[in-house]
Amino acid sequence: MLGWGVDRLRADMSRLLAILFHQGVLDEQFLQLQQLQDESSPNFVSEVVNIYFHESEKLLRNLRGLLLDREFSDYKKMGIHLNQFMGSSSSIGANRVRNVCVAFRAASEQNNRAGCLRALELLEHEYCYLKNKLHELFQMEQQRVLAAGARYPLQQQQQH
Amino acid sequence: MNWFINGGILETKAGMLGDGGKMWLKCLEKVSGNSCKIHHLYYQYIGSMRIRKTWWRKLLVAWIVGWIAVSVWIFWYMSSQAFEKRKETLASMCDERARMLQDQFNVSMNHVQAMSILISTFHHGKNPSAIDQRTFARYTERTAFERPLTSGVAYAVRVLHSEREQFENQQGWTIKRMDTFEQSPVQKDDSVAEALEPSPIQEEYAPVIFAQDTVAHVVSLDMLSGTEDRQNVLRARESGKGVLTAPFRLLKTNRLGVILTFAVYKTDLPSNAMPSERIQATDGYIGGIFDIESLVEKLLQQLASKQTILVNVYDITNQSHPISMYGSNVSDDGLEHVSALNFGDPFRKHEMRCRFKQKPPWPWLAITTSIGILVIVLLIGYIFHATINRIAKVEDDCHKMEELKKRAEAADVAKSQFLATVSHEIRTPMNGVLGMLQMLMDTELDATQQDYVRTAQDSGKALVSLINEVLDQAKIESGKIELEAMQFDLRAIMDEVLALFSGKAHEKGVELAVYVSDGVPEMVIGDPGRFRQIITNLMGNSIKFTKKGHIFLTVHLVEEVMDSIDVETESSSRNTLSGLPVADGSRSWVGFKIFNPEGSSHTPSPSSSDLVNLIVSVEDTGEGIPLEAQPRVFTPFMQVDPSISRKYGGTGIGLSISKCLVGLMNGEIGFVSIPDIGSTFTFTAVFSNGCCNSNDSKPQKQRLKNQSNTMASRFQGMTALVVDPKPVRAKVARYQIQRLGIHVELVLDLNQGLSSISNENKAVNMVFVEQEVWDRDSSISALFICKLQKIDSGTKLFLLGNSLSSSRTNTATSGFYTPSVITKPLKASMLSASLQRAMGGNKGNPCNGEHPSLSLRNLLAGRKILIVDDNKVNLIVAAAALKKYGADVVCADSGQKAIKFCLSHLTNLMHASWISKCLKWMGLKLQG
Repeated sequence: MLGWGVDRLRADMSRLLAILFHQGVLDEQFLQLQQLQDESSPNFVSEVVNIYFHESEKLLRNLRGLLLDREFSDYKKMGIHLNQFMGSSSSIGANRVRNVCVAFRAASEQNNRAGCLRALELLEHEYCYLKNKLHELFQMEQQRVLAAGARYPLQQQQQH
Repeated sequence: MNWFINGGILETKAGMLGDGGKMWLKCLEKVSGNSCKIHHLYYQYIGSMRIRKTWWRKLLVAWIVGWIAVSVWIFWYMSSQAFEKRKETLASMCDERARMLQDQFNVSMNHVQAMSILISTFHHGKNPSAIDQRTFARYTERTAFERPLTSGVAYAVRVLHSEREQFENQQGWTIKRMDTFEQSPVQKDDSVAEALEPSPIQEEYAPVIFAQDTVAHVVSLDMLSGTEDRQNVLRARESGKGVLTAPFRLLKTNRLGVILTFAVYKTDLPSNAMPSERIQATDGYIGGIFDIESLVEKLLQQLASKQTILVNVYDITNQSHPISMYGSNVSDDGLEHVSALNFGDPFRKHEMRCRFKQKPPWPWLAITTSIGILVIVLLIGYIFHATINRIAKVEDDCHKMEELKKRAEAADVAKSQFLATVSHEIRTPMNGVLGMLQMLMDTELDATQQDYVRTAQDSGKALVSLINEVLDQAKIESGKIELEAMQFDLRAIMDEVLALFSGKAHEKGVELAVYVSDGVPEMVIGDPGRFRQIITNLMGNSIKFTKKGHIFLTVHLVEEVMDSIDVETESSSRNTLSGLPVADGSRSWVGFKIFNPEGSSHTPSPSSSDLVNLIVSVEDTGEGIPLEAQPRVFTPFMQVDPSISRKYGGTGIGLSISKCLVGLMNGEIGFVSIPDIGSTFTFTAVFSNGCCNSNDSKPQKQRLKNQSNTMASRFQGMTALVVDPKPVRAKVARYQIQRLGIHVELVLDLNQGLSSISNENKAVNMVFVEQEVWDRDSSISALFICKLQKIDSGTKLFLLGNSLSSSRTNTATSGFYTPSVITKPLKASMLSASLQRAMGGNKGNPCNGEHPSLSLRNLLAGRKILIVDDNKVNLIVAAAALKKYGADVVCADSGQKAIKFCLSHLTNLMHASWISKCLKWMGLKLQG
């Protein structure tokens, strides 16, 4: 029963990952990230992704503030933020977020306010989608680890 | 006389010829000297044509004028020679006549003298006299033959006046005067004696007492009474020698004659006797009448060629009035020769004058010679003139041609530049178009649109490759192409090429194989791109024209091929990859310099050290090149016929580029092709050995080695069995499998394979069976599988199949067990992947993950790495990635922190300038 659950969870995870890959939400950088996870750092991926979320939300907030607060937005600062966002997105393999960032930056370089607003909306949408999906994935991962807990007591302990 | 003249002429001729020869020689020397000079000048003045032209004209005029002068001189010289000769001839003839005349005269004179002695002996010495008129007349008559020139002889005795009467009485006639006789010489003989007056009283008389019959009329005439005779007589008795009268008309005959008179002395006088003594001793006088005219005529008749010259004899005692003694007095102021005659009388002087009867002939020889020379010279001058004109014209043409050539070359360069520029300019936007098309294909399109886009992209790609080729050609033509020198793995290049064409080969069902000889070093130094381009070109052509059979790419060392030349030519043509006959490749490189003994002197010996002579051949079983098209295969843009490009595409530029590239690699390219059988293209190339002595590119080398090692290490030490009846194909399979480090055994069929497997001593890890063998007999295949399963030593079975489709259908029929099929073309990488798959994924995967990391681990383990990034996510990811490979990582999320860390930990290790650079980059200042 347990084994079956583990297998199913694993299958679900693969399926979800496959969907995300297919949609282009993620790219192989994410796989590389997963490969970095080993016994010495069992929750590496989720840690990194959490940091990413944390940072990204801060950046998104800043961007929104920059765009909405004043009549004349500081596009240069926006560019810096976007660069950072883009860099971290690339690091975790969030492909679509990165692509939107590229478009956003292009708009900001042209001082295209409307374009920027559209891009920001799109970016927030993509970000939310990515966040939801990754949360889903991590939940499944947790369940899997729980289900396989007997086999990996060490991991279980660390999770608690 | 004729021979003499002829000989003389001949001699003169020879002399002339000799002279002429010398002259010609001189002329030749002069001409050759001139021509040398001319050449010299010609080269000096090669630039300035006009100067040379005028110079030439002057020379020509000088030449002609000079030679006209020379020929005139020759004419003068030759005619003067002829004149001299003529003069000489005349002189010699004249002298000869004179001498003969003199001789004959002297002989006659001697006879007359002899007669005087006779008289003195028999008339005066005897008393009474033994001679009377009758005896004398008879004697003289009978001895007249001795004196052919004397018409008569008479003897006059000296009678003093005191003795006259006694004498007259004794003789019975009176002494008569002569002068009256002389005045009327025409009187008749009979009446003469009576008509003559008796001589007046004189101191002494000299009456003729004896006379020859011919002159009997002079008897009793007093010789002293005639003026001429008197003088003669007086001189004769004074000198004691024969004296001559001046010529006069003879009595009776009325011909010119002279009288020779000798004195007869009483006693024998000494030769130095005084004239007075001689006068005292004189007894009488004997006189001979010489008929000079007949004398000379007779003489001339004796000699040949008397008609050629005229002879005149003169008495020139009186210088101012020479008396003609013989000859017609023809006044001719032409050539005349005078010879002196000496008739023994010092008082009288005679001479002979000779002239030619004919006028001198025209000097034809001189005329023809000089005119001939003139004509020759004019001809030579004309030839010179024509030559000069011709040279000038040719030079003009040459200049024009050079001009045109320059322009053509400039145009060619311009063309190449234009091509290069335009090609480049087209390529850039074309790449944009292609990229955009690629992006367009990624968008959502329906099937038709997809098709259109794909077509557009294919066309675009074709265009780009064409442009690349044209660019290459232009580069080669303008000599701008240069080869790189970098280390590369030849086998990897071969694999890439193989991979490039495997798709097409599959489509066409053509078997593709590559074989690289073991002797070829792993790494060589050269231009991999260009090398691949050549092979790709050849392979591309082969695959274009091959519908069935195989394409076989082989790489050997030249030395190996040279060693095995004899062996390979023996091998049968059936022993090929696909079993179809092929063109014998060895014929394509027999013409290569490297194989010829004289050419090999520079290649093989140094090649052993660091040069690698490779010989690459591409063998196909295509339709071949028609014989008539074979000579222009390497000409750019030249295809067999226009239909080819319609059918197969292409520009016909590839082979010409390949030839150029091969040339740049110090190699040669050649081919042999038999229509409907196939073609084999072979080329050689010289590379440097990149294996042993290249220290400069160590990391790269290590990396490459690692790569090959990863491929090889996993299967190291395993043993494989290849079942293939065809040695060539088996060789290819062995080459590829051996590259993985697997030991390979070859067997010809499955039965042998079975026995080989069942051999306990050998552990066979894998068996490769040629699809052809497998499908031939399913029963033995089944048996083979059973056996394999029975042994169960983890031995894996692989089929080597040509194409996917065929293998599938066949395995379906064979039923229960499907061995893995490895589709050809065989490549080490693909083989390794297939083996891995077959040997089990779990076992393979960790390996796969581990191996690249191993090398990185080697590189990074224990290194201290400082990561600085303000992006936390990136920082963490990077740190994790580096830590995974064993690096000691320190993170810093800002430059400030990094600098602090650097200063606290690393300054003692870091170079000061490096630190300042860091500070500059980060825009920071050191604090404290």
